[in-house]
Amino acid sequence: MGIKLLLEHDKVEGIRYYDAYRKHGGYRAAEKAFKMSPADIVEEVKKSGLRGRGGAGFPTGMKWSFLAKPEGVPRHLVCNADESEPGTFKDRYLMEFHPHLFIEGLLISSFALGSNATYIYIRGEYAWIPDILEQAIAEAKNNGWLGKNILGSGFDCEIYVHRGAGAYICGEETALIESLEGKRGNPRMKPPFPAIQGVWMRPTVVNNVETIAAVVPIINIGGDEYAKIGIGKSTGTKLMSACGNINKPGVYEIDMTISVEEFIFSDEYCGGIPKGKKLKACIPGGSSVPILPANLLLKTAKGETRLMNYESMSDGGFVSGSMIGSGGFEVFDEDQCVVRHTMTLARFYNHESCGQCSPCREGTGWMYKILKNIEYGKGKMSDIDLLWDIQRKIEGNTICPLGDAAAWPIAAAIRHFRDEFEWHVLNPDESQKRNYGLAHYADPIHVAATA
Amino acid sequence: MIKFSEEKLKDIKELISHYPEGKQKSALIPLLHLAQDENGGWLDASAMDYVAELLQILPIEVYEVATFYSMFNTKPVGKHLLEVCRTGPCMLNGSDQIIDYIKEKLGISEGETTTDGLFTLKPAECLGACGYAPMMQLGKTYREHLTKEKVDKLIDELRGQAKN
Repeated sequence: MGIKLLLEHDKVEGIRYYDAYRKHGGYRAAEKAFKMSPADIVEEVKKSGLRGRGGAGFPTGMKWSFLAKPEGVPRHLVCNADESEPGTFKDRYLMEFHPHLFIEGLLISSFALGSNATYIYIRGEYAWIPDILEQAIAEAKNNGWLGKNILGSGFDCEIYVHRGAGAYICGEETALIESLEGKRGNPRMKPPFPAIQGVWMRPTVVNNVETIAAVVPIINIGGDEYAKIGIGKSTGTKLMSACGNINKPGVYEIDMTISVEEFIFSDEYCGGIPKGKKLKACIPGGSSVPILPANLLLKTAKGETRLMNYESMSDGGFVSGSMIGSGGFEVFDEDQCVVRHTMTLARFYNHESCGQCSPCREGTGWMYKILKNIEYGKGKMSDIDLLWDIQRKIEGNTICPLGDAAAWPIAAAIRHFRDEFEWHVLNPDESQKRNYGLAHYADPIHVAATA
Repeated sequence: MIKFSEEKLKDIKELISHYPEGKQKSALIPLLHLAQDENGGWLDASAMDYVAELLQILPIEVYEVATFYSMFNTKPVGKHLLEVCRTGPCMLNGSDQIIDYIKEKLGISEGETTTDGLFTLKPAECLGACGYAPMMQLGKTYREHLTKEKVDKLIDELRGQAKN
């Protein structure tokens, strides 16, 4: 069993409620934090090496230290609970089953940042979760953890739940801020960064749910201890949302030292692939990160065992690696069609593009149309190159990273599965009746001996 | 034309107080959810104008938001909106077959409503239930691990409720 910091009490009955949470050590970190100075809390988070768990992996302590503190201007912590990256459902799990861990994390972080009004921006579709969070907030408030003069510190804090209404783009922090202001979710140009001018033009920190929850164990055990867990710059634990063709889909907490093979095949985690089928491919960190064929997933191009952490997952760059991203881990068995899957992702990004930048607005539509043609047996060979060309023209040419997020999965699918696309084009009738199958995607990769 | 009850108006006042003074527009999306529930699952111009009036903002500020977010319906929908996820992870687990089955069973295409006004089928993009695929959103709830049998049962149940 690996170390559990967030889901340690996952099996405790009633952990969703205050009494059980408190009985199992809940709000102990908050007690400790209120004896520290806000600057010391930021320092602990810096020492912990915690990286944003929403997908970008930016060091949280550094993000916190960028927050402007002009005299007389309120600042805000806004929690990004707009979890919408296909393959990702860990924040939902935390909020649904461990709301007090989340609220405690928000409380400590609000104190550290000086946010008297903290907002949880939750995706509208998670419509039953605001009730759970509001109950937890009320319980925390009744027990003196929120409201005025918390623990006699002179610090006031309210946490408000704000529901979105179905827009992937609002997971991008400036779009989220726009949405929180009651506008369309169009990302803002940066600079100014939210840390200087965020919501209502006030200094703002936007953090993911899991990032906020991780602050609790960091304060409990200390930043140095937290940093000892894991490898290199992948410190602490990470929640993985495991889905696709596996025996045990669900949310798993891993310390980032285990191998990808162990994660997929051991009974402690995904439990292997149903019906004894073979592994074909995997998207390891949410739909925006590159898909990898089985052979490059389990081993890097250098022939080393690939591990479940930031560095190892991105070993080889986009040529032969991927990213841990949001931790949305999607497994494909040998019967799955990469072309069809890529088409659903293109449709997704086309649907979710906010329409502000033309490369993304138009490009995602074109990519979906072309992929639909290939998938339904109407593609031409030149379409594959055209797809490549379009994604190149989107990447890096938009205000926000949605453009990149739409381009990368298509680029990776063509890079690693080009012959599957070609097979669709060359066999328009057969491709409507069967899938390309495993082909050579799990064959061992020849590693050239180094001189 | 909708009008919120006194009780709801009190809740709305409380909701607006969550945001800084003069920033009442921030309550727009939460208010549109309430208005849509009140208005039979969709937003017509009069419902949006009413929200604009409550927040003291221009109607266009409401229209531009209502048309941006996929949870707001600007056309009438059936009593039950079946929003079946079809993005990658659900697709790997057979969401296409579930959508086809619902189409066949209810005799409607994507985006259409049954003639009795009970069901609208609206394919959705990722709803964050990838580990419990295939799935659909129905009102405030998720229905997960869908099978044809579960779809049958659900539709029978909802038809039964309509009769009572």
